Amino acid sequence: MTTALGELPYITVIALLAIGLYIILVKKNLIKIAMGIVIMEAGANLFLITLAFNSGDRLSAPVFTSQIMGGTPATYSLPTPHALTLTSIVIGLATTALLLSFIMQAYKKHKVTSTDEFRRLRG
Amino acid sequence: MTFYNHLIEQAPAMVVAIPLLFAFATPLLFKFSAKFGKFWALLGVFATTVLMYVLAWDVLSEGGDVVNTYIFGAENTQLPLPGDNVVRISFAVDGMSAFMGLIMVTVSLAAIIYSISFVKKYTGNAKFFALMLLVLAANIGMVFTGDLFNLFVWFEVSSIALCGLTVFRSERGEAFEGAAKYLIYSTIAGLILLFSVGLLYGQYGHLNIKFLSEAIGGNAELLMVDKVALGLMMTVFALKAGAVPMHMATPDAYSEAPAPVTAIFVTASQAGLYAMFRMVFTLYGSNIHLTIDLLHAAGWIVIILGVVSMFVGVTMALVQKDIKRLMAYHAISQTGYMLLGVGVGMAVYATGGFDEFGRTAMTGGIFHIFNHAMYKGLLFLTAGAIIYKAGTRDLNKMGGLGRDMKLTALFFIIGALAISGIPPMNGFASKFLIYESVFKFNPIIGAIAMLVSLLTLASFVKVFYSAFMGPRMKEMARGEVPAPMLMGMAVLAGIILVFSMAPSLVVRSLVDPAVNALTGDGGTTSTSLTLFTGHGAWNAVVFMGAMISATIIAVMIRSFFGKKGMTPREEGKKPYLFGNPTEIDGRPIVVPGSNLYWGFTKALDRYYKPVEKFHSGIINEYVFWFVSTLVLVLLVMLAWVR
Repeated sequence: MTTALGELPYITVIALLAIGLYIILVKKNLIKIAMGIVIMEAGANLFLITLAFNSGDRLSAPVFTSQIMGGTPATYSLPTPHALTLTSIVIGLATTALLLSFIMQAYKKHKVTSTDEFRRLRG
Repeated sequence: MTFYNHLIEQAPAMVVAIPLLFAFATPLLFKFSAKFGKFWALLGVFATTVLMYVLAWDVLSEGGDVVNTYIFGAENTQLPLPGDNVVRISFAVDGMSAFMGLIMVTVSLAAIIYSISFVKKYTGNAKFFALMLLVLAANIGMVFTGDLFNLFVWFEVSSIALCGLTVFRSERGEAFEGAAKYLIYSTIAGLILLFSVGLLYGQYGHLNIKFLSEAIGGNAELLMVDKVALGLMMTVFALKAGAVPMHMATPDAYSEAPAPVTAIFVTASQAGLYAMFRMVFTLYGSNIHLTIDLLHAAGWIVIILGVVSMFVGVTMALVQKDIKRLMAYHAISQTGYMLLGVGVGMAVYATGGFDEFGRTAMTGGIFHIFNHAMYKGLLFLTAGAIIYKAGTRDLNKMGGLGRDMKLTALFFIIGALAISGIPPMNGFASKFLIYESVFKFNPIIGAIAMLVSLLTLASFVKVFYSAFMGPRMKEMARGEVPAPMLMGMAVLAGIILVFSMAPSLVVRSLVDPAVNALTGDGGTTSTSLTLFTGHGAWNAVVFMGAMISATIIAVMIRSFFGKKGMTPREEGKKPYLFGNPTEIDGRPIVVPGSNLYWGFTKALDRYYKPVEKFHSGIINEYVFWFVSTLVLVLLVMLAWVR
């Protein structure tokens, strides 16, 4: 790992995933659960982006960032993870929009905001 | 190059491209006329089906381990990828992919034909057909892709489109609830999948399954990241397949979705199963010198998931009052059989046990995927027909539909016999392979598998009794369902009947290539009509001959010695209490379906109370069960595997 930030991006990834998961597991408000999912998505996307920064000669197709980042000349950024992240962001947008619209409709029909009431289907 | 060669070369991409094109064009054509739009959607599925059949014929006739690749954007789409750093997306169609593709198109075709009249009374038909085609494209993409990130994309497309279809009946608030739960579940699972794909990419710099597999094999020993990635992916795909304890959103979404969508839902779950088997066998199993312990641990995890799914699914089904929810729990229970069969294959992979019974178990599990898609699709469609006429999904409020819906009742019987594994149906053939081999592996698990079949039959007896038997209910509509709905059901029922009669032909031409594609061992079963398991044999034709002669003898005995007693339709008026017909104030006597097994379920109260509490409906708890399964699987992977 030879980004200018050291191991910090990975720590942030773990923190984001953990915060998102905590919200989903503990918070009862449906909108907050949707927010938790978005935070987890941010974590996964950051993970992919962090993977793009790589050193050594194992990978090719380099997009050099040494001048911009002020790193060693061997530091470069792979384009593939960027493409993956963009795709994943778009998918995340779609799922979030869909989920929020479901929650909104459920509120319109049954006036529910909490997961404790959001359980007409059970058993 | 002939036309056929060109067709085969382009087919893997076309099978996904055609439904996508037709999907996005469907709403446009609905602007002109609804009839034209429906015709267009039907044409799209039909074209995909024909092309898929041609492609599957080409792949399966070569034995299944020959891979038909399609590399997107390459000059020559069939050449192997040059170098080891290409980022092109590729499709790889081998026996297993072609086998799954056949299932997807067949069920979709039946569901679309059925939908033509089923959704007529609702608005939003254009979007319905567009999304149906989109799900088909996503499911085929998921089983064809040779690229891990692409797999994630199809996974999400399939989930999003299915959630959109689940809320088709938007007047029901529950539909939004079911869809939201399914979406939360599948989104979190998708993120975990993305994370594990990222782990493998970060370690090896590849997304292509073939290159990744070679890269894993190039290591001196199995790395921790390999184990973690497999554990994460297996759990995610088990969730998509609906394995207990990650199944909770499945019955919600299945029961709220319209019937043809539920039939497609089943195939989408099976795409999850496919992806799990593909990861275990192709990504890891091809480096068996490194991964033998990993595969055995994975096999045990899959077996345990399978047994728990089988048992919890069927016992929960037994107490349901909602016909579709009941069938949804059966879908979970039957998924357990597939997990069990293939799990036994994994657990003894590359040992002596594999040749002895592991391969038979895998054959049974994979054959069961096909059978399940057909009979479960059929059953969900008949459930849709019942709801269409009865106007309710509550088993206690319906009755007497068999008097008008004779064909639907017949289709229901075919499906119910097949799912319960009653000979000579196809469900028996695959369960027979699983019973015989699993019994050899572990007798207790084999006995549980048989018990579950028994309970399955019991709960379908309850559905048949509640929906079709008894006196007509006043508020029910009369007559049979429209012809397109019957046609959709007839397609699947016909396939079930044909495959029931020649199970060994199906195993040889469809299932063996699929198993070969996963394991690469090139074994086959016999060439006769009889299906051999190594211990027993099953021949549907001989069985039918015996059945028919026994029936003829029974009818003869009855006509010579039988008493002329009860007249038809008497059962609705005079319940037989304690052996004698009793008259109770002239009203029709109905025992509600949910009371049929009251004694049984009451006796098992100590089991049912906690299990029903377990399905609490609170999404936080559902996610908690997913996360704890994930942690458990990872612990097993890290602690058990050296």
